[in-house]
Amino acid sequence: MLVIKDLHAKIGDKEILKGINLEIKPGEVHAIMGPNGAGKSTLSSVLAGREVFDVTEGEVTYEGKDLLALPAEDRAREGLFMSFQYPVEIPGVSTVNFLKTAVNEHRKYKGEKALSAGDFLKLMREKQALVEMDAKLMNRSVNEGFSGGEKKKNEIFQMAMLEPKLSILDETDSGLDIDALRIVSKGVNTLKTSETSTIVITHYQRLLDYIVPDFVHVLYDGRIVKSAGKELVAELEEKGYDWIKEEVDGKK
Amino acid sequence: MAKDKDDIIEDVTGSEYKYGFTTDIETETISKGLNEDVVRLISRKKNEPEWMLEFRLKAFRHWLTMEMPTWAFLDIPEIDFQDIRYYAAPKTGTEEKNWEDVDPEIKDTFNKLGIPLEEQMALSGIAVDAVMDSVSVKTTFKDTLAEKGIIFCSFSEAVIHHPDLVQKYLGKVVNYRDNYYAALNSAVFSDGSFCFIPKGVRCPMELSTYFRINAAETGQFERTLIVAEDDSYVSYLEGCTAPQRDENQLHAAIVEIIAMDNAEVKYSTVQNWYPGNKDGVGGIYNFVTKRGLCEGNGSRITWTQVETGSAVTWKYPSTILKGDNSSSEFYSVAVTNNHQQADTGSKMIHIGNNTKSTIVSKGISAGKSRNSYRGLVKVAKDCKGARNFSQCDSLLLGDQCGAHTFPYLDVQNPSAMVEHEATTSKIGEDQLFYCNQRGISTEDAIGLIVNGYAKEVINKMPMEFAVEAQKLLQISLEGSVG
Repeated sequence: MLVIKDLHAKIGDKEILKGINLEIKPGEVHAIMGPNGAGKSTLSSVLAGREVFDVTEGEVTYEGKDLLALPAEDRAREGLFMSFQYPVEIPGVSTVNFLKTAVNEHRKYKGEKALSAGDFLKLMREKQALVEMDAKLMNRSVNEGFSGGEKKKNEIFQMAMLEPKLSILDETDSGLDIDALRIVSKGVNTLKTSETSTIVITHYQRLLDYIVPDFVHVLYDGRIVKSAGKELVAELEEKGYDWIKEEVDGKK
Repeated sequence: MAKDKDDIIEDVTGSEYKYGFTTDIETETISKGLNEDVVRLISRKKNEPEWMLEFRLKAFRHWLTMEMPTWAFLDIPEIDFQDIRYYAAPKTGTEEKNWEDVDPEIKDTFNKLGIPLEEQMALSGIAVDAVMDSVSVKTTFKDTLAEKGIIFCSFSEAVIHHPDLVQKYLGKVVNYRDNYYAALNSAVFSDGSFCFIPKGVRCPMELSTYFRINAAETGQFERTLIVAEDDSYVSYLEGCTAPQRDENQLHAAIVEIIAMDNAEVKYSTVQNWYPGNKDGVGGIYNFVTKRGLCEGNGSRITWTQVETGSAVTWKYPSTILKGDNSSSEFYSVAVTNNHQQADTGSKMIHIGNNTKSTIVSKGISAGKSRNSYRGLVKVAKDCKGARNFSQCDSLLLGDQCGAHTFPYLDVQNPSAMVEHEATTSKIGEDQLFYCNQRGISTEDAIGLIVNGYAKEVINKMPMEFAVEAQKLLQISLEGSVG
């Protein structure tokens, strides 16, 4: 579904991604871990199409299409979803209104008719139940005054509403208490199908106990330096990243 | 003696008017420039009674002693008052304008705003009769209004058919001495609306509907007078969302509203005059004096405005709260983009006891524009129990525009409660990206955010225009992304 070849990206003069290679097939869950500053969030932003980053080299193929040639909103409409690490607030725009616009844009792109208000509300209620989302939050402005946990649940709720093919969860676990973690993970797992794929970016093992990865990659200094199965997670939790850093730096 | 001279001029030039006034406009004496003869000419062309001419002349003579005000936070190039045409013949409706000749940009905006084709044509000055049965439409409305004793006609008609009413109220709210442009308007006003609602009558329709179909030639120096007697109600909408071009650059209008005991007047404005091009060339100067007088106890005047056009907007719809328990509200969204400038706000003057006022001003700046809020809340010494709430918010798009606030609070009575809040915000790139990532284009995202921001004001507008106003906000910010 997603093939990343030798991806380099910078912000301003600073090169952050220094040659990423990654392949993701439908139905797979890939975890990306790594120390701070490695480039994990940059990778997700570049895939999502944030213009503040410049891609200097490499290609990204998504479902056979050149992802880097598409503007951010088209990538989203093609089924790419990112759950933000720090979801932004949009005062004055209600969550209902925001999501109705988003859902109908997706439908328009696919040549489907917009949902009527009634059908949309039905869909919303259905998905709210999935992530145990408080209905009262729907009429508030997007993320305004939401607690950290509510913001993350709102991300997964939106994911449920938009039914993406490829989801990138950028440090979804940061700021979550145990209960919220469980609910968010349950939501993600329920939405998983054999056709959809997930990239889980995280520091910690705990989330990966709930959202079990098929592949684990370590991102360090702008490159994926180690890939393995889920057993790598326990090893990292026990030993930290130093041994990997030494391995990589030693090779230089 | 003067009368004889007038007659002679009339005889010599009058005959030519039958064949097309436009030819005469070309002649030196009548075309451009302003002097007492021009004022007399205007009055005569309109067949005005002597008292109306006197009113104009007094104003004109006073204007000559005044100087153009420069205290606003606006950059206005010198206006040559002698380089302006102060009179234009009313359109006879036999113009040979073709729909094909109308600027495609204008047609495009009409379509975006969702304006029906017949109205588009009417608004473009195409002879309406050829398009729809305007006569019968107008007649239906007139009949309904007449049944209730409501007078709604052009100001010029009112001067002739309802001189007592006009004489009684004209200039009572905005005296010609009030300011430079009020004096100018009082001397050379072209036309406008006159509305009179008798005691206890609730006007059954938005006077906007009538106005739109009428597609009135909104002149350069519009003069409007609205009088609402005891216990009456009227909602009036001025302007339209469709972009309006005019060869005349200076628009100096006056609107006077008087509300008697327990009367209510809602006055809504949607202004989208040509704002000039992207480089700030051309564009209308919209200098307006709008004022309401809550004369009666318990009276209420509400001002709602959506201003997106004009190169320069300079106006402060205000209310004098004279009657006890009277109240007034001012809701405004003012958008400036490219090189537009706006210095706008409101004045609420509390005189009667237990008077209330609310000011909600939302400025949106984009491009290289400059948007200022200027407000005055004044509470007189003997005014007990006054309440005011003012909120002025600024939204900035991009980093080359400016938003400024000049609030004045002059409170002379200790029982008054006056609150003022102000916020400034930006639309962040992160907010736009969040919307993009949900499949919403940047253009639509700005529309969503701006409309969310302006919601409070748009909700106060008559329904049919609320929808258009929303689209208008989005359109006026097109190209401001970056």
